[in-house]
Amino acid sequence: MSTQELQIPLPREITTEPRRSDKIFRGVVTIGGLSSLVLLGLIALFLGYRGFEVLRQEGIGFITHSDWSISTDDAGNVIDSHFGLAAMLVGTILCSLIAVVIALPISVFSALFLNFYAPEWLKKFLITVIDMMAAFPSILFGIWGFLVLMPSIEYWAKLLHRYLGFIPIFDMQVPVFTRSPFVAGVVLSIMIIPIITSVSREIFSQAPLDRIQAAYALGATRWAMIKAVVIPHGRSGVIGGAMLGLGRAMGETVAVFTVLNIVFQINWEMLLGAGGNVASLIILKFGDASPYEIKALMAAGLVLFLLTLLVNGLANLIVKTTGKSGR
Amino acid sequence: MSNIDSAIPTKPWRASNRERLTDISIFLGAFISSYVFVALTPMKGKLAYFAVFFIAYALFTSIFKARQRGSAAAKDALVNSLVAIGAVVTVIPVFSILLTVLRKGLPGISFGLFTHDMALASPTDPLNNGGLLHAITGTLTLVAIALVLSVPIGILTALYLTEIKGSFKGPIRFLVQAMSGVPSIVAGLFILSAVLYPITKAYSGLMGALALTILMIPTIARTSEEVLNLIPNELREAGTALGGTQWRTVAMIVLPAAKSGLTTAIILGVARIAGETAPILLLTGGGDTVNPNAFNGPMGSLPYYIWKSFNAGSPEAITRAWAGLLVLIGLVLILFTSARLLGSRKAAK
Amino acid sequence: MTTAHESETTKMQVPVKPNSLADVAQVLRTPGTKAIGTGLETRGIHAWFGKHHALSNISLGFAAGTVTALIGPSGCGKSTFIRTINRMHEFIPGAAMAGEVLLDGKDVYAPGTDVTKIRLQIGMVFQKPNPFPSMTIGENVLSGLKLAQLKVDNKDDLMQECLERAGLWSEVKDRLGAHGGSLSGGQQQRLCIARALAVRPQVLLMDEPCSALDPGSTLRIEDTIRHLSETMTIIIVTHNMQQAARVSDYTAFFLSEGGPGQMIEVAPTSDIFSRPQDQRTENYVTGRFG
Repeated sequence: MSTQELQIPLPREITTEPRRSDKIFRGVVTIGGLSSLVLLGLIALFLGYRGFEVLRQEGIGFITHSDWSISTDDAGNVIDSHFGLAAMLVGTILCSLIAVVIALPISVFSALFLNFYAPEWLKKFLITVIDMMAAFPSILFGIWGFLVLMPSIEYWAKLLHRYLGFIPIFDMQVPVFTRSPFVAGVVLSIMIIPIITSVSREIFSQAPLDRIQAAYALGATRWAMIKAVVIPHGRSGVIGGAMLGLGRAMGETVAVFTVLNIVFQINWEMLLGAGGNVASLIILKFGDASPYEIKALMAAGLVLFLLTLLVNGLANLIVKTTGKSGR
Repeated sequence: MSNIDSAIPTKPWRASNRERLTDISIFLGAFISSYVFVALTPMKGKLAYFAVFFIAYALFTSIFKARQRGSAAAKDALVNSLVAIGAVVTVIPVFSILLTVLRKGLPGISFGLFTHDMALASPTDPLNNGGLLHAITGTLTLVAIALVLSVPIGILTALYLTEIKGSFKGPIRFLVQAMSGVPSIVAGLFILSAVLYPITKAYSGLMGALALTILMIPTIARTSEEVLNLIPNELREAGTALGGTQWRTVAMIVLPAAKSGLTTAIILGVARIAGETAPILLLTGGGDTVNPNAFNGPMGSLPYYIWKSFNAGSPEAITRAWAGLLVLIGLVLILFTSARLLGSRKAAK
Repeated sequence: MTTAHESETTKMQVPVKPNSLADVAQVLRTPGTKAIGTGLETRGIHAWFGKHHALSNISLGFAAGTVTALIGPSGCGKSTFIRTINRMHEFIPGAAMAGEVLLDGKDVYAPGTDVTKIRLQIGMVFQKPNPFPSMTIGENVLSGLKLAQLKVDNKDDLMQECLERAGLWSEVKDRLGAHGGSLSGGQQQRLCIARALAVRPQVLLMDEPCSALDPGSTLRIEDTIRHLSETMTIIIVTHNMQQAARVSDYTAFFLSEGGPGQMIEVAPTSDIFSRPQDQRTENYVTGRFG
């Protein structure tokens, strides 16, 4: 190297003085961009502030007890109150778990069908239908579930009870099948199938084509290819999608309220017509709640908010990390 | 060697007639056996037919393939039928819902429904009394206000993520996703606690619209972000290289280029909130008359009307609820289809 | 070319050197003005992407009214170099630079410089044609004025003049209202050249402007470049040595030998191809590698 006896200089500091219009633009956009942070913070703040009194009164009992009662004297003063969310939380978790257990296999199968089996026209059509389903309002699922779906589900619940009653989760003491967590779970599963399906479809479609072709070239059948390439690639993404669905199912209000019989008692028997759901509790009690009970409902809202935030946050984290590592 | 001219393009990988025949006979076999099975056992109902048919079909195909080509092929065939079943089970509810709403809602639809409100009628009255004019105008008002509020915020958020790429980009994207998971009832409670109780102290359309805004922002922000990410970076560079400031480049080149995609994002946002019920029940007060003033007095809306009629319980009221659902779902489907058409037209271009 | 246009070009022969946005606008108001300036010089340009040292110590002078071709194998820093000239380099996250770029003797990286104005004086044409999709052909040509918020009185004249200089006028004069996307690739690239001309830059940077085009369109654009060089300074990056030989007055050969890209040799184009001084240049121009 004859020419190079050169000292490499330090990088120059590049000073870019943006025009005032750009400063304003960047400022406005940044403020707009921070809105989600501000809104989420405000939600936690206000619900916490309104519910603080009840939370302090009940302490940890707010999530471990399951009474929900308030008595007032004629002047409207609170004499005695017990607010506990335990039954509602158990119900929320039970219903949404049933929903995910039913929806997950169906969604994964239909996502596989869409990506690897369906001809192009059918794929387009089905994707449209599934996206459309995601746009259906929840009140529609609720009323349809109550009037159309519930009779069949009750019938299937009876079959499950009769033939599989020896399994504890299908067992029950009193044969009341109407408006059970199982019914709510089935309705919820129909509502979250589009979510899990589209997340899974997205993840599956990112499966590396070269590895797919390599599997086929080694003589794999379609299923063997899926098992060897697609499933390992998409596994955690599908789990993330399922958790997104779980979050949605936990926060669902109207559809669950319509089909579920709300009882303030912890009940793990999924076929029994007695359950709970935090969101439905709020709708149920809101209409004739006294100011003090409203505070309890705000606190319940805070618990629900934090619960769904946690589940959704985890879900997004999982989906995001697979999306990256998959490429 | 003149065969070249007479060569006919064929697709030898397609199913032959014989293969199709076996497929059809398996299908028929499963169909017949499901009938027989349901007739002989205590199972009943449409769902029973479906279930038995699917199981029989899956069994028959895998047995057939196992005999023909061995166990790997049998597993493949079994999964084949499982995934098809998954897809069918996924779409059955959609068609059941659409058919039910049509069948039960149509008897409740009449011209008067769109010209009257419920000021002088109760849900249990005969169907020709009253209508849902107030609900339609109410829903349109709520959606309009929510649009005005959420579109700027949603698009600004998307611009922050795609154009400014500020240091909070990662956290903001995460929070927007978290926000899209906020239960609608929580959004309602928030407006109740932050605006209605301390400030306005009265139910109104505006309160409902504020809650809908919170639910709509993440939908618009996320879809817009995807759309803006599709705008090639060369366009931004070309704008800057021509002496445009960032603001002028975004306003004159990036946003116009993304126009149809952004419209799709907004329409999808509207479809998401048009039927939202829970916050409406908490916040709007649900009036029975046409109320053009969103800032004062209770405001009716389609979800509230459906809810109220459904809970009234009489056959007339239930029919009203179905008719309301039909109108609501019609609205959602129109929005959804127009978003699709816009999106696909852009893709074709 | 129309007669009206010719009379204008003969009338205006005084080069004007724009120093401010107002000057640029003044130049724009007068059809046919040449904005040729006194030339461009780079001194000791280095460029980094994060820790990666991409370009080392490039000092080059570009006399007004000349065409300089930058040749060299891929990854040798040619594109990075021209992006440091109009300060597009700094958009890449982690980018840094050292050295000076002097436009009419003034450093474009000096603190307090209005970057936007620099980019008005140094236009750029990109590798892939990128007309703005939301605008018609006519709007595309004038988009620079709108972006920089410059006012001109005779927009139609300016539009016609720019399209004529880019050699596109006769093909699009009947469909100025059509969308830019309806043109062929070569036409789109000439539209992008016309767009860059509308703000009357002194210097035009072209980053492999023909690499996405067919040979016919390439020849049209080379024609255009030769015409443009009468009124402005042009720097063109190209992979195509024949193209460099056809259009340029000077050629600079860039090479990266594992480390950062360097300039090996710069000379009048005929010298580079007939009697290169450096063995590496000779190897490259004779096709022995690259």
